[in-house]
Amino acid sequence: MPATTEETDPGTDRPDRTVLDARDISRALTRISHELLERNKGATDLVLLGLHTRGVPLARRIAEKIAAVEGAPVAVGELDVTMYRDDLRSQPTRRAHKTALPPGGIDEKVVVLVDDVLFSGRTIRAALDALADLGRPAAVRLAVLVDRGHRELPIRADHVGKNLPSALAERVSVRLAEVDGSDEVTIS
Amino acid sequence: MKHLLSIDDLSTDEIHQLFETAADMHDVQSREVKKLPALRGRTVVNMFFEDSTRTRSSFEIAGKWLSADVINVSAKGSSTSKGESLRDTVLTVCAMGVDGLVIRHPASGAAVQVSQWVDAAVVNAGDGMHEHPTQALLDAYTLQRHLGSLEGRHVAIIGDLAHSRVFRSNIQCLTRLGARVTVVAPPTLMPSGIGAWSAAAGFETSYDIDSVLPDADAVMMLRVQRERMSGAFFPSPREYTVGYGLTRNRLALLKPDVPICHPGPMNRGLEIAADAADAAQSVVLEQVSSGLAIRMAVLYHLLAGDTRGGIA
Repeated sequence: MPATTEETDPGTDRPDRTVLDARDISRALTRISHELLERNKGATDLVLLGLHTRGVPLARRIAEKIAAVEGAPVAVGELDVTMYRDDLRSQPTRRAHKTALPPGGIDEKVVVLVDDVLFSGRTIRAALDALADLGRPAAVRLAVLVDRGHRELPIRADHVGKNLPSALAERVSVRLAEVDGSDEVTIS
Repeated sequence: MKHLLSIDDLSTDEIHQLFETAADMHDVQSREVKKLPALRGRTVVNMFFEDSTRTRSSFEIAGKWLSADVINVSAKGSSTSKGESLRDTVLTVCAMGVDGLVIRHPASGAAVQVSQWVDAAVVNAGDGMHEHPTQALLDAYTLQRHLGSLEGRHVAIIGDLAHSRVFRSNIQCLTRLGARVTVVAPPTLMPSGIGAWSAAAGFETSYDIDSVLPDADAVMMLRVQRERMSGAFFPSPREYTVGYGLTRNRLALLKPDVPICHPGPMNRGLEIAADAADAAQSVVLEQVSSGLAIRMAVLYHLLAGDTRGGIA
């Protein structure tokens, strides 16, 4: 899967430094949930789309938190951008994942893309292209757990869990209970 | 995988991977914008030296929905009718910078031969009486959608086995996925050497359709291929229907909701009665839409990544 530094890599020798633990992640997601509600003036017409792999559980968690505050469920879906990546050619064939939109679709909705790490911005560029093929949202926003900088495209996040200035050579790894068994963000 | 010439080219893992990708591709058919950019800038040539409706249009649409440029070359109206050899035709087309070559040819082994001449990824869309791997994949994929896993399920393949490349690919694919297969045909339409083959590959044979149908979890009818028949394989079409056709009476022998497949084109009234072809449990049209998804998955896996260095 993504060969960028978004991947976990337990095999490296350098010591991992924990930047966010489980409680920090939970607090960051709570804040993002409230920011989303405040910005959108409620949960109406909000659609959360998680980007594979780790954006999907993050989107679900944010949806749960919003539902707890608003008392009504929020539409959640998952978006796979594999087919839209600009680096398909330069690598062995990537496995595709499922794209699942909520029943109401995304037309005229406020779509919030949710991902774990914002890095080069290329995944988000691909996601915007994918969205254009799926419908026409009223607005698209971006929420990420970690922004580590080093953008290669004019893209920025609307909601950030933690800004994490990093060197290009460093690895930022996000682990989530649903995928990896525990919650943690490390840099090494 | 560099080419798809035979089911044998695929590991069981790769078959499951193709099915997963196909499931993703399936969703595209219901979208308003039926287009994915994965194969932008790739060129796929469909070379069909034998008649075909569904396979050729299916490969063409599959390529187009993945944004590849697709060109059709058929034997009629191409230089082969002026006497050009297969090798020269293929090399000429490939000299135009083709990335994928989908080939159907009446000679068994044509696709393998072509793959040795060219750099492009070759997909076998049916070679004589040898193999038709994408058909087998789409059949298994369709059945899996109905039956869940194929592990331990009983699939009956009935009809003109001797001339069928669909059967040859299916038997490999289904047994690899753990299905129990029984093949049924009149003695004249059993491939020669089926005894040793069935023993080695682990499937059963029968001449009696009525004893097989009640136990089947899925039924696959095969077309009587008159164009490949040089001798008299059965006395009359009527007699074939009475002995081996899926008639209205035989429909009643099946367990409820057993899916009925047919690779098409169907000879209605010969190997399959209209009652069976149009029954609620018939999945013939679903096979067509599955075929599209499977062919998209195959083209994606062959052509989307770095094709220069092979696949890591």
